Amino acid sequence: MIAWLIEGVPRRGLVALAVLLGALLVAPWLANDYLVTVLIIILYFAYTGQAWNVMMGFAGQLSLGHAIYVGLGAYAAAALYVHYGIGPWIGLAAAIVIAMLCGAIIGFLAFRFGVGGVYFAILTIAFAEFARIGFDHFQWVGGSSGFFLPVANYSRSDLWNLRGSPTMFYYVMLVLTAAAFVLCHALLKSRIGYYWQAIREDEAAARSLGINTFRYKMYAVVISAGMTAVAGVFFAFYYNNLFPEQIFHISRSIELILGPIIGGIGTLFGPIIGAFLLTGLSEAMQELLARRGFDVPGAKQVFYGVCLLLVVMVLPDGVWPWLARRLGLKRQQS
Amino acid sequence: MTALLTVDGVGKRFRGLTAVDDVSFAVEQGAIFAVIGPNGAGKTTLFNIIAGELAPDHGAITFAGARIDRLKSHAICRRGIGRTFQLVRPFPTLSVEDNVVVGALLRHPDPVIARRRAHEVLWQLDLFAKRAQQASTLTLPDRKRLEVARALATDPKLLLLDEVMAGLRPAETDRMVEILTRLNHETGLTILLIEHVMRAVMALASRVLVLHHGAAIAEGAPEAVVREPAVVESYLGAEAVE
Repeated sequence: MIAWLIEGVPRRGLVALAVLLGALLVAPWLANDYLVTVLIIILYFAYTGQAWNVMMGFAGQLSLGHAIYVGLGAYAAAALYVHYGIGPWIGLAAAIVIAMLCGAIIGFLAFRFGVGGVYFAILTIAFAEFARIGFDHFQWVGGSSGFFLPVANYSRSDLWNLRGSPTMFYYVMLVLTAAAFVLCHALLKSRIGYYWQAIREDEAAARSLGINTFRYKMYAVVISAGMTAVAGVFFAFYYNNLFPEQIFHISRSIELILGPIIGGIGTLFGPIIGAFLLTGLSEAMQELLARRGFDVPGAKQVFYGVCLLLVVMVLPDGVWPWLARRLGLKRQQS
Repeated sequence: MTALLTVDGVGKRFRGLTAVDDVSFAVEQGAIFAVIGPNGAGKTTLFNIIAGELAPDHGAITFAGARIDRLKSHAICRRGIGRTFQLVRPFPTLSVEDNVVVGALLRHPDPVIARRRAHEVLWQLDLFAKRAQQASTLTLPDRKRLEVARALATDPKLLLLDEVMAGLRPAETDRMVEILTRLNHETGLTILLIEHVMRAVMALASRVLVLHHGAAIAEGAPEAVVREPAVVESYLGAEAVE
């Protein structure tokens, strides 16, 4: 299995990967609490970016409403925990199933009736907005006044109930991000990955080669939705409060896709690099401004805009393809 | 010999325009069959109907003993019909090799084995040396051959070629003709082609169907067909027969 996974990956790439993973593993010992919370946000965006990339980067289906899967996952696990005392790991399974069903409905409506391109993107926004407005009136989970998980002071980390220190959440997020990376790598190496790329490049040509494009696009949406829901569960138990106006908001969907766009759509490292660049630099900038005594609301959004502009102008394929060429990590074509 | 593909009374209208008008013909197992005709004669529409991209308004298409005229294009490919597109459609950011691997994955779900099959096809189409290039960097003649390679990698019983010679220089046309002849001889592959380049049609086809305004106006051996007055008048012009 491992031999199959690393087959064809250049040695320098494996070394770089091991160094990165090692650094991330020891980071909580070297970093202060603030830095750990920043790293959690970075990994969170690396993970969700990776999940979104399955749909857009691999299969070419643009979703601008991925917040819906985060939100559904978060609410599902939180509701089970608060109302029935069911722990997050079992809640996770429910969250994944619900998000996958939702993805399947959106995918079916779009692909069955030939809704593609920008119209598909608009459909995904519409569904996220339905969810936002719907949850505003969903009193069982608090409606617009929010849904809260009990916060207690836990001296010990309780991994089973996902209650504990930021360091525990950091490692949970690191495992999730690493798992998503390996899963995406495995998908790309399999038939499904080739078929997705063929559909992304030219759907009619893909059909002519015997690919059931409807089925493979459905797989992409459903897998991406399920992966994204996992981040939602994490979100609920990390922040302990959920507001429909925040979690389903379109700005959340946009925020989530900036990482992979800047890092490189369709690449495995793009979402990771993008998350480090965007979140890392914007946090650093805010910290710097705060130390100088400036409080600039909206500085983060402006920074995101500038980053996006620069990448579109200078590196339209994203940072990673350029960086990989520079580091000599470009995969050898066998 | 038995017919591998039978097209029986197939018609297709787009609003007021009759694109394909009650066309019938049969392609024998192992044959190279050409469809010719002036621009707008309905050749590509006919192809798209056979390949399942378009549904016919009426008529029946039988392939290897089973009706296929209501099947989707991917299901038709699965039955054993490979096709190329008149305007080549490679997967531009994939390598030449991966383009062909996508085709080979239909019969070989394991990418490692599919890659092996792709290598064989790349050899057959003279593309092995260029396998690592990104498909978008290929020249037109190479793209035309990549188009054939990709379709061939699905291991079809019948290959539909939509003007694979168009835009090629005579030397490149001869190279393509030679490759197709070899495939036909060595593997028994049946080929149905649309072609404008008469040089290729005369060299390849054992049988020719002429379409004009969507209707079949002549069918037979190439040498006989090009002498029929209706064909000369509608399409070739007197000088082409020389």
